[in-house]
Amino acid sequence: MKILVCISHVPDTTTKIQFDEGGGALNKTGVTFVINPYDEFGLSRAIGFKEEGKSVSITALCVGGPEVQPTLRKALAIGADDAVRINCQPSDSAFVAHQIAKYAEGKEFHIIFTGKESIDYNGAMVPGMVAEHLSMPFVSFATKMDLIDEEHAVLHREMDGGDEVVESPLPMVVSCQKGISEWRIPNMRGIMAARKKPLSVVSPQEVDEYISTAKFEYPPAKGACTYFQAEETDKLVDALIQEGLI
Amino acid sequence: MSILLFAENSQGTLKKSILEAATYAYDLAQKLGVELEAVSVGQVSNEELEKLGTYGVSKVHIIRHEKLNAFANSAYGAGISKVAKSIDATAVVMAQTYNGRAVAPRIAVKLDAAPLSGVTSLVEPANGFQGQRMSFSSKGVQTFQTLKPKVVITVRTNSYRISENPVSISLEDFNFVPSELNLDAIAKEILKTSEGVSLTEADSVVSAGRGMKGPENWGIIEELAGLIGAATACSKPTADMGWRPHHEHVGQTGIQISPTLYIAIGISGAIQHLAGVSSSKNIVVINKDPEAPFFKIADYGIVGDLFEVVPKLIEAIKQAKVTN
Repeated sequence: MKILVCISHVPDTTTKIQFDEGGGALNKTGVTFVINPYDEFGLSRAIGFKEEGKSVSITALCVGGPEVQPTLRKALAIGADDAVRINCQPSDSAFVAHQIAKYAEGKEFHIIFTGKESIDYNGAMVPGMVAEHLSMPFVSFATKMDLIDEEHAVLHREMDGGDEVVESPLPMVVSCQKGISEWRIPNMRGIMAARKKPLSVVSPQEVDEYISTAKFEYPPAKGACTYFQAEETDKLVDALIQEGLI
Repeated sequence: MSILLFAENSQGTLKKSILEAATYAYDLAQKLGVELEAVSVGQVSNEELEKLGTYGVSKVHIIRHEKLNAFANSAYGAGISKVAKSIDATAVVMAQTYNGRAVAPRIAVKLDAAPLSGVTSLVEPANGFQGQRMSFSSKGVQTFQTLKPKVVITVRTNSYRISENPVSISLEDFNFVPSELNLDAIAKEILKTSEGVSLTEADSVVSAGRGMKGPENWGIIEELAGLIGAATACSKPTADMGWRPHHEHVGQTGIQISPTLYIAIGISGAIQHLAGVSSSKNIVVINKDPEAPFFKIADYGIVGDLFEVVPKLIEAIKQAKVTN
């Protein structure tokens, strides 16, 4: 069974995010770049299938320049069997989805995993577009996935107030939400093995760009906090009623 | 040229988030000087669909088929795209619901459109479209320019105020038969884990964290939420410890919400939690630690013991309800 795990090289948003004055580009100084945490769920689930005794080969794929190489090596250290870098900048979601789809075409992957969204753009559009390009079924925000056989899977899909249980034929695209698996920490052996696993670089296909970023800036700063004393709950309530909030 | 709204229904009802998207779509149509039309797929009454007339929709194209009673992203995407092409839609607009996020990318590919998900403000027509939306888990605002003439827009829930723009509305059946190709997962059952107000759609949310000391103390949170018609939420550690169900966990790796009112009780405000709630319009923080980071983004704050403050808050609200 061939599994493609699409990973995105993203800034760790728990660290400080800064933008350059004027140009408004992301200031990369001191920023830690990581595998998009939701993509890691897909990688981990794929490794889980291996641990369940299924014959699985896992390819980690990333669209990006040479700077994403360490992120791909990390995916190998966690347990992917090989990695591929499509050598271009990930211009926008539609561009990236098209690059992924063109790479995957004809390679007969049974499952294509992505995260539910990336933590830099929070778009959640890539997996559905990949599925449409490749004419595959797509289950979004999957919180659970089990294989019935090599041609069918049963998944839980996150919905408002609960999960929907769905059955899907393979091959399919799955975007991963928390719950589908646990994150894995690469051990020393995995890190050593990663150095020898194949990491190939391929040229991008001719694909249009759909969105360009003019700039980034900080959200408007919050005004000061209005404090009330612990005994002044009635004043807080008055303020909230005044604002029409309760 | 026209704007097409995908009027998603939930068990035959058009929810608040759909009306927000309708208002957005109407405003966009006005900017472009074109008609706003809508497409409905699945089981919903004509009477319910006529309500869209109040929000500026002049025509609804209705797709009904026994195979389309349950949402299926490939089949729905194909049907909506067919309607979009038939009315030469420049933009397809929908609410950023779970289903919206599953079908929008399908439509974007079918129409060769730029996908703009999670917009909170109206885009400007400008060689395509220009606009702004949140990025970097709400830490940044992106100003973008689309490079294709068409767009598919998902409107973030609870971010665009509903307004009424009544027009006369006509309903028309639209012929669409889903393809024989089995490109969809089949929904088998729903595992409901919560009743009441859904977290992502709630206007008000009462959230609590480790300061609560244990799951047995959550009664005051539930009472407060019930009083103001709010949904309940929790921080990651409390979900991980099993004090609260995982679907209540808001934060970077949980659910991201932007309610009008977010009341945070006994939550310090770690970056990962803020990433899930920082775009809430009004934030109230109750915490005994004056240095709690949450106060930095709070609109209102009380430094105090939540076990004393929250019951007093409940009493104060009950009093206010009596006098009003």
